[in-house]
Amino acid sequence: MKAGLRDWLTTEAPGSRRQAMAGRLYGAGLALLGNPLAVLGGLIVLLLVLVAAFAPWLAPESPVGQDLGRRLLPPSAEHWMGTDELGRDILSRVIWGARITLMIVALVAVIAAPVGLIVGAVSGYFGGWIDRVLMGLTDVFLSMPKLILALAFAAALGPGIENAVIAIAITTWPAYARIARAETLTIRNAEFIAATRLLGASHLRIIGLHILPLCTSSMIIRVTLDMAGIILTAAGLGFLGLGAQPPLPEWGAMISRGRAFILDQWWVATMPGFAIIVVSLGFCFLGDGLRDALDPKGRK
Amino acid sequence: MTALRLTDLSVSYGTTRVVRGVSLEVAAGASVALVGESGSGKSTVLKAITGLAPDWTGEIEVLGKPRGHRPDRAVARECQMVFQDPYGSLHPRRTVDAVLTEALAIHGMTDDGHVAETLAQVGLDARFRFRYPHQLSGGQRQRVAIARALILRPKVLLLDEPTSALDVSVQAEILNLLKTLRAEYGLTYLLVTHDLPVVGFLCERLAVMRGGEIVEIAPTKALRDGSFTHPYSRHLYAESSSDIGGAP
Repeated sequence: MKAGLRDWLTTEAPGSRRQAMAGRLYGAGLALLGNPLAVLGGLIVLLLVLVAAFAPWLAPESPVGQDLGRRLLPPSAEHWMGTDELGRDILSRVIWGARITLMIVALVAVIAAPVGLIVGAVSGYFGGWIDRVLMGLTDVFLSMPKLILALAFAAALGPGIENAVIAIAITTWPAYARIARAETLTIRNAEFIAATRLLGASHLRIIGLHILPLCTSSMIIRVTLDMAGIILTAAGLGFLGLGAQPPLPEWGAMISRGRAFILDQWWVATMPGFAIIVVSLGFCFLGDGLRDALDPKGRK
Repeated sequence: MTALRLTDLSVSYGTTRVVRGVSLEVAAGASVALVGESGSGKSTVLKAITGLAPDWTGEIEVLGKPRGHRPDRAVARECQMVFQDPYGSLHPRRTVDAVLTEALAIHGMTDDGHVAETLAQVGLDARFRFRYPHQLSGGQRQRVAIARALILRPKVLLLDEPTSALDVSVQAEILNLLKTLRAEYGLTYLLVTHDLPVVGFLCERLAVMRGGEIVEIAPTKALRDGSFTHPYSRHLYAESSSDIGGAP
């Protein structure tokens, strides 16, 4: 049975569209699983998702319940990560914070990646003045320091997690547009695009069905690698007081609060910092692994 | 009836003029070759006919109708092209099936067995239908490219060095396929090549190009008896006559 499924997936002569697609995914999946770091990254990201999904059951205490009688307790069997200045259990807050972190990266990716992809592909495909206008716009956004721009947007829109997401998305899409444009430039003069035009295909069809699918794998890789940066920017905004507002257990905001006690009560700032590092690393490893697995030229 | 008529065709890329005042007629069902060294503008003539090199002056008629400067759907059903490099002319992420059904979808047609039939015509059996290009050999890829050009049932096929990227043994297979297809479906060929034996095998007439102009139009038998009149054609003939031995 197991061997039968593998034969079905790896056959040289698939019998249907679905089988051909499944076979390709299987090949990429195998390449990904053969890379230990990618597996580690994938497990960390999976853990983040599970922790976020099951936060109410996993967290031993409420993330916002205060108990001033047990302020700033060091890590112990009772409070694995210690408690903060208001007596809240840091482990519980880190667990609930996973939800916020996941929401931020997911929203930014969902907003910024498609915008960048479409702007870049349209710009690269048509060239000429369309390219100049779109790339000019992209350059304007690209020329401003990311955190400062996000800071300005968050300040203008008002502090809060939704505005932080919008601000980060606005600063991330230009990089994706650049990548998509570069990728499109290498493909647009390819003979398979010319052949499709000769069949009478519209520009919309060529961009949507022929160019975008070739850009998406590099985009997925880039977005995954950028997740770490997005988390750090969100944490930075939280740290500066423009992201998540108290009492939301956002990791950056937690570090910001812990800064006041960093010399005597190191765990208050360290534990959420540790969570940020682990998750960022996880996304980096996964992104590297995806790059090796998805690159059609690199596969043997 | 003429399948293709070029009258005083000049093509430019930006400010450089690549083809100057080319006039050529190809009768329906005929097979004509454009030969010349690389850079003589022979591929550019094909690109102008297909609409991929839109910057041209003069007149181009396909099956009696003048054509515009851009690729369009009506011309697509009458005139298709096979590219030189089968490794570059197939989308790396699309199966053979996707490539062929797309052509039908663009023209609002449903499959109705067309895909299977066209694959059979080019000598590919059903096993190949759902493969990706990287699962095919060079010759098989070129067969897929020919199938893509044929699936809309065009009358005119433009061939841009269709065998020069292939191994010698595979070249012969593809040339035989092209010859059979032409006989079977009454196709008109305009073939671009620098390979004179290919011309002898596949065409009745050849036009010799040099520096963007046609210097001589001669019947293919000139390749056997050397009855060229223009000095450049003679030079080309003399250079390659050592390896002309009939069919490749």
